[in-house]
Amino acid sequence: MKIHEFQAKELLKRYAIPIQDGITIDKLEQAEAALDQVQADLGAEQFVIKAQIHAGGRGKGGGVKFCSDRASAFDKINEILGMTLITHQTGDDGRLVKKVMVAEALDIAQEFYVAITLDRSSGKDIFMVSSEGGMEIEEVAKKAPEKIVREAVTPGLGLLGFQGRRLAKALGLEGKQARQAASMFQKFYTLYREIDASIVEINPLVVTEQGSLVALDAKMNFDSNALYLHPDVVEMRDLDEEDPAEVEADKYNLNYIKLDGEVGCMVNGAGLAMATMDIIKQVGGSPANFLDVGGGANVETVKNGFRIILSDKNVKAVLINIFGGIVRCDRIANGIIEAVKELDLNVPVVVRLAGTNAEVAKELLSNSGVSIISADHFEDAAHKVVAVAKGE
Amino acid sequence: MSILVDKESRIIVQGITGSEGSFHAEQCLEYGGNVVGGVTPGKGGQTALDGKVPVFDSCAEAREQVGANVSLIFVPPPFAADAIMEAAASGIELIVCITEGIPVAQMVEVKSYVEQTGSRFIGPNCPGVLTPGAAKVGIMPGFIAKEGRVGVISKSGTLTYEAVDQLVREGLGQSTCVGIGGDPIIGTTIKELLEMFEADPETDAIVMIGEIGGSMEIEAANYAKENVTKPVIGFIAGQTAPPGRRMGHAGAIVSGEDESAAAKKQIMKECGIVVVESPADIGKTVSSSLA
Repeated sequence: MKIHEFQAKELLKRYAIPIQDGITIDKLEQAEAALDQVQADLGAEQFVIKAQIHAGGRGKGGGVKFCSDRASAFDKINEILGMTLITHQTGDDGRLVKKVMVAEALDIAQEFYVAITLDRSSGKDIFMVSSEGGMEIEEVAKKAPEKIVREAVTPGLGLLGFQGRRLAKALGLEGKQARQAASMFQKFYTLYREIDASIVEINPLVVTEQGSLVALDAKMNFDSNALYLHPDVVEMRDLDEEDPAEVEADKYNLNYIKLDGEVGCMVNGAGLAMATMDIIKQVGGSPANFLDVGGGANVETVKNGFRIILSDKNVKAVLINIFGGIVRCDRIANGIIEAVKELDLNVPVVVRLAGTNAEVAKELLSNSGVSIISADHFEDAAHKVVAVAKGE
Repeated sequence: MSILVDKESRIIVQGITGSEGSFHAEQCLEYGGNVVGGVTPGKGGQTALDGKVPVFDSCAEAREQVGANVSLIFVPPPFAADAIMEAAASGIELIVCITEGIPVAQMVEVKSYVEQTGSRFIGPNCPGVLTPGAAKVGIMPGFIAKEGRVGVISKSGTLTYEAVDQLVREGLGQSTCVGIGGDPIIGTTIKELLEMFEADPETDAIVMIGEIGGSMEIEAANYAKENVTKPVIGFIAGQTAPPGRRMGHAGAIVSGEDESAAAKKQIMKECGIVVVESPADIGKTVSSSLA
């Protein structure tokens, strides 16, 4: 789960980490009051207006603007609120900006990159810093990998004091600033661990002309397995930033991801679901979605799965590929029959059932009278569904 | 011989009094495995599976009283990390955790803890281990597999069943099938299992089924190049997955170039692994590699 910059900054504040502060609004009518407050509370004379969307590259896309006075700040709020922001992470459709942060402008002397995430191969969290702040870190990793300095965190111990000092030194900080940075890094890690983040990225962390260290931007992702421990984080979820069909699927515990092809897929298990998408592509089709109905698939899951797949108007045919282990294929077959009858399907459905009670299931399907194309094996199913999707 | 589990394994089920735990414990027993008891804190002294096995309060008691050396875990996510560490602390030799949804940060600590004990840990969020004809420690449908000489290693559940089914259609049985799970932190890697299958005189060929995300397949491939003499047949799921999206398994996120299916397949080929392009050709390819 992702959150907005302004929400991530609220979390940083809780850990006493200095941030570039501001007020987040979702209506133009709130602009004057927000500017008043940023002026009064933060003493700001200049402003930065920042679009709040769940995607990176906002600055380059025109969603972050510096304003040297109040009047231009108002204009920029007007311009950014409601704009469709296109960045390298949003895709070509872009994202409608529904919230902007009216932030204080700071005088920046230096910019750093700071991030914490899990390194899967070592099984440890990695704390990374780079003196090349503000840039895209992927670029730095490619062009100057030596400029990214890493510390592995020992599980259970957190980022140790000397590790924080080592990182501060790597950024070229000295004296009081180095001490401040080192203790700030330890707080970052404590925050990361306590809120079960999967990534915390501060890009940039700046040194102001006045010499203070401030988080200018913040990006956080959360481990969905741990959300049950953090109801306050769950409250920060912004459904406007997610695909409506994916939100709907989530309600039924279905794992759905919309893609742009024409063959809808319903599969049990994530690996088999990915393999099904792969084989559709290999035989000349294109998958419309990833949908894992999970281990406990039943009549209701199949029905809901159909509804969600068919909410995508690009879908021209549906492939159901179930390998029944614990799941019994006859139950799935009944679900398919009921769903087809009830939902008044207008696209062809190819069904491949294997494993537990597959033979009984096939008989149920062929005796049901519903129009379903039955497939014998994996490849056969892919060929059949791609053919019908193309109207052959 | 097989790897990890056989007829001699003395299996306990942690969470045996829960609905999942009791259902699958029964299935493992029916398959012929040596299920010797269960653990549910607070229910020690009772019995489970219609009186067939004793329930203990702790793994240590199960180890002492019935000589348990393998534990299968169905404990719900909030208590699963503790259950794994308890098993490791009690000297259980093989721990298989089926539970899905354990917070990743807890798994980081669990992995580090278990590594300091002598236990081997498989999972979490996996279908477990099956040695056809001998023992099932997990949730794989036993009837689809048959005894034989192909070792199977997989990150995915149902895709494992698909591969096993294809092997059986080709007349090929399995020595042991291991579902390692697709989470970001798992106990046993593909590389470690390649090592075990290479050393197993009853395994002639090894199937490894990977996914996008992580670098485990690459580590395994590099290991195989120098150390594995048996044919290794590999498949990577998720060739069509869009970058940056999570595909069900928490680990299956394509975040960098090296974690994509294409990159993994390329390195696997360079390391001498027979890479299967279509998921429908796994069985056939193993068959021709052994011919």
